[in-house]
Amino acid sequence: MNPSPLAVRCQNVVKIYDTGDQKVTALNGVNLEIAMGELMMLVGPSGCGKTTLISVIAGILDQDDGYCEVFGEDLLSMSNQRKLNFRARNIGFVFQAFNLLPALTAAENVSVPLIINGMKRSDAERKAVAVLEQVGLGARVTALPSELSGGQQQRVAIARALIHSPRLIVCDEPTSSLDHETGHNVMTLLKEVALHKDRALVIVTHDARIFDFADRIAEMDDGHIVGVKGAGLKAKG
Amino acid sequence: MNHIAIKMLMGDRGKYLGIVMGLTFASLIMTQQPAIFLGLMSRSYSFISDVGLPDIWVMDEKVQFVDDIKPLQDTELYRVRGISGVEWAMPMYKGLLKARLADGTFQTCNVVGLDDATLIGGPPVMLEGSIEDLRRSDGIIVDIDGARDKLGKPTPGGERIPLKIGDSVELNDHRAIVVGIAKVTRTFQSQPVVYTTYSRAKNYAPKERKLLSFVLVKAKQGQDLAELTRRIRATTGLAAYTGEAFKTLTYEYFMHNTGIPINFGISVLLGFIVGAAIAGQTFYNSTLENLRQFGVLKAMGTSNWVLLRMILLQAVLVGTIGYGLGVGLTALFGYSMRNSILAFKFPWQLLMFSGAGVSLICIFAALLSIIKVIRLEPAIVFKG
Repeated sequence: MNPSPLAVRCQNVVKIYDTGDQKVTALNGVNLEIAMGELMMLVGPSGCGKTTLISVIAGILDQDDGYCEVFGEDLLSMSNQRKLNFRARNIGFVFQAFNLLPALTAAENVSVPLIINGMKRSDAERKAVAVLEQVGLGARVTALPSELSGGQQQRVAIARALIHSPRLIVCDEPTSSLDHETGHNVMTLLKEVALHKDRALVIVTHDARIFDFADRIAEMDDGHIVGVKGAGLKAKG
Repeated sequence: MNHIAIKMLMGDRGKYLGIVMGLTFASLIMTQQPAIFLGLMSRSYSFISDVGLPDIWVMDEKVQFVDDIKPLQDTELYRVRGISGVEWAMPMYKGLLKARLADGTFQTCNVVGLDDATLIGGPPVMLEGSIEDLRRSDGIIVDIDGARDKLGKPTPGGERIPLKIGDSVELNDHRAIVVGIAKVTRTFQSQPVVYTTYSRAKNYAPKERKLLSFVLVKAKQGQDLAELTRRIRATTGLAAYTGEAFKTLTYEYFMHNTGIPINFGISVLLGFIVGAAIAGQTFYNSTLENLRQFGVLKAMGTSNWVLLRMILLQAVLVGTIGYGLGVGLTALFGYSMRNSILAFKFPWQLLMFSGAGVSLICIFAALLSIIKVIRLEPAIVFKG
């Protein structure tokens, strides 16, 4: 059996933030591989570099050293425009604070990635309604984010991350603003709807209650990957 | 993305209204104050506009504006008439004389003496009577505003009974009978205007050797006016201006020698600064509050160029609405004041001026926001 192709391959990735007075090393030689069809969780204490790592993987932050390849493409060597197009087509985002545009309805929020990719607004919104139905929000397509509960907002965010069929979805603490049951439902949805063999999911989390959903868990500390635990293993809380 | 930009702009109704109100205020001040200023300044030469028939005004070379009368000898009239290219030349007296009212008080009037034979230079619109009535003994024509107000007969209650045809007035101790009421354009000083014949005006005026104020000249058909004015100057040594040039001379005198432009200029500048501060600050704050949303769009693959277009669209939208409201309010103000003493002139150039002012504010506001958004790191989306 052939091994799954790699979605992400990071080698010795270094990122240093220059705050003026001092330099802070956020990533200090990170090595990580994520396969297609895999749900990888990044865990570790605050400030260990998890968010910096998914920012590099998602192509919204350039590393200072090392190599990061996403679907076989070196993000650092891409021009800005190519990187924008790459992100628009290949990456979906789910955020801790949902980051929905408050003035747009659920359907309009979900349609944004398609509009960025050049689809006509009416077609994009039609497709958005279909995806919202898929995540169980078919009845709330015209609701504004302020009219939705936290769980519903995160479902809208998941629909937005899925609508343009990206090959990589990066999630930053997707359940930490939600209660246990809602968080569990959101993870079930992510696993059932978002994850398939042509897509990888990277989730940054502190929430030990959702570790069971991971295929693998990479534990980070002080800018390093200190250990990767395989499927079914529960990381230290 | 335009639809998203508009929704982002209008999402916070309070901020959106704040930006529009700021721009409306700026547009209103930058249109209304100059309109009043232009109205006032146009009054400085309204007398020249009212005397429409002559092509050229001849006067003493030291005259600086229309009310700066430096009398000529009557013989100058004949010298001008002798210049080739002159169809006709008529005398005009213009001077300030005191009228004694029924209650014994005095009112300064702008007395205009017209050529006895032709009555050229008379009021533009007669409301009652006819200009020919000036030929009647002691006849004068009074402007309607003066007749109603300053020359009206005072009553014990403080109100004034308007002068009417047949009433008499004392002009410099000479009896004058109202034979007509005219409509004239309000002048800068807003004194009552009294028309009479040239010879009668000379009787009313204090005795002086020289009393001729202007020689009004009509050029022969096909005569080049610039050439004729040069010829009149060269021949007589007097100043000669076309009607438009005389208006400009008067206008520029008021511009350079009164504080009016500075006062109105300060108002306009304040309107611009306050408008820019309110609209610019609110627009920028609105962008700052939407910064995370711009970051999300950037992370999802929206280019800086598209974000720039979105901000420009927002600026153009609020600018257009604010400008339209401000200009509309100015027009409404002018319309509601059309019968009042207020000076108001609203030419199309003023629309361009205030439009340019509002555009500058919008560009300034948009520029601050654009710089912020272009420098924005998309990684902000993962910050708590």
